[in-house]
Amino acid sequence: MALELHPLDQFKIAPLFHITLPGGVDASFTNAALFMCVAVAVAAGLVVFGARRRDLVPGRWQSLAELAYEFIAGMIDENVGHEGQQYFTFLFTLFMFVLLGNLLGLIPYGYVFTGQIIVTFALAAVVFLGVTIIGIVRHGWRFLTFFVPHGVPLVLLIILVPIEVLSYFIRPFTLAIRLFANMMAGHTMLAIFGGFVAAMGLLGILPLSVDVLLIFLELLVAVLQAYVFTILSCLYLRDAIHLH
Amino acid sequence: MDLAAAKMIGAGLACIALVGAGIGIGNVFSALINALARNPAAQVTPFAFLGFALAEATGLFGLAIAFLILFVF
Repeated sequence: MALELHPLDQFKIAPLFHITLPGGVDASFTNAALFMCVAVAVAAGLVVFGARRRDLVPGRWQSLAELAYEFIAGMIDENVGHEGQQYFTFLFTLFMFVLLGNLLGLIPYGYVFTGQIIVTFALAAVVFLGVTIIGIVRHGWRFLTFFVPHGVPLVLLIILVPIEVLSYFIRPFTLAIRLFANMMAGHTMLAIFGGFVAAMGLLGILPLSVDVLLIFLELLVAVLQAYVFTILSCLYLRDAIHLH
Repeated sequence: MDLAAAKMIGAGLACIALVGAGIGIGNVFSALINALARNPAAQVTPFAFLGFALAEATGLFGLAIAFLILFVF
């Protein structure tokens, strides 16, 4: 069965209007950039608008903003400890950006920028570099003891230390690929079943109902992956602050 | 064997990774049901969903390879 629309077409980056920087650098404003701006605007709007009235009994918008705030604050308290609260702004921004990126992509004709590996890798690289710098600044040379597990015979260390080092440097890649693969696979699956709807005629009701169910799964995955991305950043931060 | 057929076979083989994801997700939720049946007050559901997401992601790595084989190369 040939698909009229290629399932991967939805990830194409299309320039909305062209900007060429001096030196021939292409800096066009694309659909991905547009949705990133929308995500930032919605996140900022939610928090600014929610904190405008500051009632003792919160209204709808204020409780939504408080819910998001307390969710991340609680996550940091549980997973990093109270000293992690100084990194709250970054983790909250990260969570809202990834969450809104995932959710905006589910709107029909939306664009899922977290389905671009370069976006997720940039986020993961920022987390990885930041966490490593925090660890080195806090502990200096003692940061290297992070790679040496406690109470292990010397012979085993020859094998274990390279594995620890490798598993540390593989973190940004797994963090990036996890989010990217989830988003890309989900949206491709939706598009593949969507392609069957037109191709199967009256029986197209079957793939259509599959798509309806898949949307619910994708909503779950969108929220869950934003949560997982943030909580793993929290766990990496705890490793850097407490060294095991 | 021509390249197109080899691509199809490769993509199909890459989807074997989903076996592991299926076993993993099944394990996570069976453990969750076990824990909640023994102690309904246990606060383990967030951890179960974290485990679900991590297990699901491993399967999707395989699926990503399948897409890569089919559509990119």
